Amino acid sequence: MELNKKLVVIAVTGLNAIDSPGPGVAVIRAIRDGIGQPFRIIGLAYESLEPGIYMDGICDRTYQISYPAAGAEVLFNNIRRIHEKEQLDVIIPNFDAELYNFITIAPRLKALGINTFLPSLEMFDARDKLNLYAFGQKHGLLVPKDKVIYSVNELLPTGDEFGWPIVVKGKFYEAEVAYTLEQSQKAFYKISAKWGLPIIVQQFIKGTEVNIAALGDGEGNTISIIPMRKMYITDKGKAWAGITLEDEAMTDLAKKFVSATKWRGGFEVEIMKTANDDLYIMEINPRFPAWIYLSAGAGQNQPAALVRMAMGEKIEPYTHYDSGKLFIRYSWDMIVDVSRFQQFSAFGSL
Amino acid sequence: MIKKNIATNEFGFIFNPSTGDSFSSNPIAAGIIGMMKEGHSLSEIKKELLDKYDADKLTVEKDMDDFMNLLKENNLLNN
Repeated sequence: MELNKKLVVIAVTGLNAIDSPGPGVAVIRAIRDGIGQPFRIIGLAYESLEPGIYMDGICDRTYQISYPAAGAEVLFNNIRRIHEKEQLDVIIPNFDAELYNFITIAPRLKALGINTFLPSLEMFDARDKLNLYAFGQKHGLLVPKDKVIYSVNELLPTGDEFGWPIVVKGKFYEAEVAYTLEQSQKAFYKISAKWGLPIIVQQFIKGTEVNIAALGDGEGNTISIIPMRKMYITDKGKAWAGITLEDEAMTDLAKKFVSATKWRGGFEVEIMKTANDDLYIMEINPRFPAWIYLSAGAGQNQPAALVRMAMGEKIEPYTHYDSGKLFIRYSWDMIVDVSRFQQFSAFGSL
Repeated sequence: MIKKNIATNEFGFIFNPSTGDSFSSNPIAAGIIGMMKEGHSLSEIKKELLDKYDADKLTVEKDMDDFMNLLKENNLLNN
């Protein structure tokens, strides 16, 4: 189907291109590589210092929105206000913490003429860290044992049950490997102070960290799958460099997940590949990863495909990508006049 | 023998697309891998090495065994 060549206005969150980056800038770069029709990019930012607000050639205009904790109604009002000025066609949310609100208001956004391409709340909850082990059991996928805990006193019995070391994880972000009780207590306090309770304790699996970025069409079909091995990992566990792999077992795993959930939208599977080639799912993130621009570099532009699907186009699954494509992240100091910072901080748009 | 999808170039760079591992090899190793990819048998490769280099049969046998073990350890051979 040929899309009308009208201007498509696409709003994107996650512009914090910092050391633990949001995916927004990468998503926008991929869209700017081409969606087959004219477009305008509207950034949605939470903080005045998110680099994507100020980067040349990323957002045509950026608006500040309220934190997810303010709730779905506040978010809807934020979006409606922006929509009155910009006539949005598509919104791509990129943070785990904001997705619940966006999924909740998606029907009301649709009524305004704003398209999203998001999983249902049921799909979203199924792959939640808190439910992942049960999900794996149900669908025959390998997932390390885990336990949801609310008290530091539960660390010792859980560690003894799983065997040390253990992985201490926040409900939204961050994970630390703890080899001793003391280390696990420190991680518990640090992560719970930042992301709240509960904490998830996970069995430690030794292996190589590999990830999959994929896109499901909501009907059980996988439109794109890009497997990647982390080559350089930061102290926050983020991939600073990675390489696309050719791995049938990994692509099969992604297809199995999409088929089981009828996933709609982008997602990332974080996997530990053991010496025996077992693929343990460590986490399933319900949005594109920060390294998603690699999908465009490898020949399957997932963000561009998502925009087209959100606009109602039927996309055939990709059949080829290049293995051996690397991404290497870098940091870059921008010089920004204080007037631009003031403009965004005081008036909430730039 | 060597996995079908292993990529090499004329500078001795070896890339395993299944694992993302890459290696640098010297010209002799690159030549051996090149012959493997062309489908030559181990005995053909050993004969070629004996013809090409000033080495006795025992040394070639031993070095080839070591090299094959190295390839196996690095997951570059078919099971």
